[in-house]
Amino acid sequence: MKPIRSPEDLERLRKEILAKREPSKPCITVCVSTGCVAQGSIKLVEAFKAELEKQGLTDRVEVKETGCVGFCEQGPRVTIYPQEIYYFKVKPEDVPEIVSKTVLKNEIVERLLYKDPITGKTAQILEEIPFYKYQLRLLLENNAKINPKNIEDYIAIGGYSALAKALFKMTPEQIIEEVKKSNLRGRGGGGFPTGIKWETTRNAPGEPKYVIVNCDQGDPGAFMDRTVMEGNPHSVLEGLIIGAYAIGAHRGFVYVREEYPIAAENISIAIEQAEEYGLLGGNILGSGFSFNVEVYRGAGAFVSGESSALMTAIEGKVGEPRPKYIHTAVKGLWDKPSCLNNTKTWATIPLIILKGAEWFRNIGTKGSSGTMIFSLVGKVNNTGLVEVPMGITLRDLIFKIGGGIRGGKKFKAVQTGGPSGGFIPEQYLDTPVDFDELTKLGSMMGSGGMIVMDEDACMVDMARYFIDFLLDESCGKCVPCREGLRAMSKILNDICEGKGKDGDIEKIEDLAEVMKEASLCALGRTAVNPVLTSLKYFRNEWEEHIKEKKCQAKACKALINYYIDPEKCQACMLCLRECPAGAVIGGKDQVHWIDQKKCVKCGTCYELCRFGAVVKLTGEPIPPPPMGVKPIRKKK
Amino acid sequence: MEALRYAEAIKQIRQRGQAIKLIVQELRDVDAIVDKHKSDRSRLIQILLDVQKKYGWLPKLALIWISERLNVSMAQIYSIATFYKAFSLIPRGRHTIRVCMGTSCKVRGAPELLNNLQRILGIEPGQTTPDGKFTLTTVNCLGCCAISPVLTIDGEYYGHLKLTDVKKILAKYN
Ligand code: SF4
Ligand code: SF4
Ligand code: FES
Ligand code: FES
Repeated sequence: MKPIRSPEDLERLRKEILAKREPSKPCITVCVSTGCVAQGSIKLVEAFKAELEKQGLTDRVEVKETGCVGFCEQGPRVTIYPQEIYYFKVKPEDVPEIVSKTVLKNEIVERLLYKDPITGKTAQILEEIPFYKYQLRLLLENNAKINPKNIEDYIAIGGYSALAKALFKMTPEQIIEEVKKSNLRGRGGGGFPTGIKWETTRNAPGEPKYVIVNCDQGDPGAFMDRTVMEGNPHSVLEGLIIGAYAIGAHRGFVYVREEYPIAAENISIAIEQAEEYGLLGGNILGSGFSFNVEVYRGAGAFVSGESSALMTAIEGKVGEPRPKYIHTAVKGLWDKPSCLNNTKTWATIPLIILKGAEWFRNIGTKGSSGTMIFSLVGKVNNTGLVEVPMGITLRDLIFKIGGGIRGGKKFKAVQTGGPSGGFIPEQYLDTPVDFDELTKLGSMMGSGGMIVMDEDACMVDMARYFIDFLLDESCGKCVPCREGLRAMSKILNDICEGKGKDGDIEKIEDLAEVMKEASLCALGRTAVNPVLTSLKYFRNEWEEHIKEKKCQAKACKALINYYIDPEKCQACMLCLRECPAGAVIGGKDQVHWIDQKKCVKCGTCYELCRFGAVVKLTGEPIPPPPMGVKPIRKKK
Repeated sequence: MEALRYAEAIKQIRQRGQAIKLIVQELRDVDAIVDKHKSDRSRLIQILLDVQKKYGWLPKLALIWISERLNVSMAQIYSIATFYKAFSLIPRGRHTIRVCMGTSCKVRGAPELLNNLQRILGIEPGQTTPDGKFTLTTVNCLGCCAISPVLTIDGEYYGHLKLTDVKKILAKYN
């Protein structure tokens, strides 16, 4: 392959690629993103290849490994083109049937289609699935179509034409103007206007300048950066090159979290290929502009997702944040002006350049334009990644797209924004989701994690979870964060263990005040959000824990006991056999009971019992064991 | 008798020779890694990651060698090796278990899962079983929250876990 040296060459190449392809040729795409790989999709690819070979179809049917479409819970996902039929939960055993029926005879294998658990209706195309119906997938849409390891796939769908347009038809100033007009705000959390950030770096004195992709996403419960990077790395790269040109940078960095090996691999391959095609390196597309990119892997530190800490990590040092009197946009990597944006932000740029700021601004809300990718997870029926226009209400997200709460339970709260965000209770479900609205509720958008909780989640325990998480992750450099978190953790752990005292809540509020004001970086300053929102919306739960030693969600181990309801126990002996502590007493035809002294509260019996006989008790005495041996009534 | 002692001595010398060969080999491997990163000091973390990947931990000898090659102090290397979670300064077991403790996994039962593992293995997170088989660690999110709760063993993922699955999965490893 000769490097492409002009926009015309690029167009020519695109036509060549398209001419080589037959749109009517059957193609089986299998998702090999992490979620599906975890559910066995690698074996599935092999099975497809073997089956095609067996049937002598290798030349007639293509097998393609692609990225994630968001509905990972239903994985492994397979799509058959040209009909574009989506199959979910596909196993290697299904392969021969898919090939001989769907691929060869155009028949549908009903059982592999998505079936709505409520209506029982199956869906053939994506848009019929409620999970997808209300989405607007600008960034994720192509994931099912392209092999992320093949640059020609990306070029075929129009990739790198935004770059050509930017380099040849626009000046750097015009690009920045366009991004500013689009009102794109950083997708990493803070929501800072991207165009202004770019401009600051461009105008900052000092050379060289750097651009950086943040694919660290340490937020637990959020995985959109990983998905974008794994499924469509060229879109990120294209955005980055455009940004570099606009800002005047000639060197860029992609920082990928250690836990995301496939993302690191795919972006590395993308960089190599882009270099080979003349889209990266010296004299890009013959424009005279040169730019190089390197991949840096993280080594596991949440705090390194913060921009100044991330830059220190790239310098090869301990990734601690530093005071930001001067923004990293002015003095960042090696003290040079550096522009760091989130993975999704960079991936959005080519769309804005191609379709224009006007188009982009018309999507979403006035303050927050465009779409946002959320990771909708936790106790919701349809979990996965959803991309929606900003401004959709939480209720629509959770109930229409998410299909409501699992197991018919009650919604309790949704946690947004990761450890810097907060809990949002039921009464605010109709809030439209955008940067500003969530902040008003004391939470934040963050990078888009949405963890749905039902009545089984204890809000005190959840607050404790986030504090302990941050305590573990705090770099320890500044006192308010380090000591504040330690003190909070102590109090919260006491409360959850039934050792809470009067005045604990007030003490926590005091600590929060100081931490919010005096911490060095966002980790410490926002650490109190989960605690404060939990307190604000669920204060009664805190008081119950402290005063009545009761956990209404039955989640705090120290405050619950497992108990077998003698009326319901069928003496099946399942729990007796599996209890690791030997705490279950009973026998054939005998009602079982739990020896509380021996029970380690592991919950195995609770999970196993098919008759719902094992229950959790809190804040009440445990009924005494049934006296003597009592034969059990068996249902006829 | 004399001959036997002689043979014994030879054997020991050979073993030492063997050990030295191993050390040299190890250093060559480390050399290759440093070369791959063009002895670039800013890539120190990347170099350590590669070493960690190769040996499963950071052997002291390798660290000394890196400090020599890059001309950075051991103090700096240790501060990095202890700050980031990916590194281990003690050998790990044959299999590394990583249990996700991220929010999505947490609300879907990860703490109980971890408890169960701890009990079965008899160790706390960060420790290795006495037989050197498993090292148990926790991680904050593995990025596949949709199939939570999740754990990985040697990089292989297990999702949608139930408490009672743990025993079966562990039995697959030896
Ligand atoms: S599993 Fe349930 S029904 Fe069976 S013995 Fe235990 S409590 Fe009784
Ligand atoms: S909670 Fe665990 S230890 Fe207690 S009775 Fe049930 S199975 Fe046994
Ligand atoms: S990982 Fe396959 S659909 Fe998400
Ligand atoms: S929270 Fe466990 S994989 Fe994300």
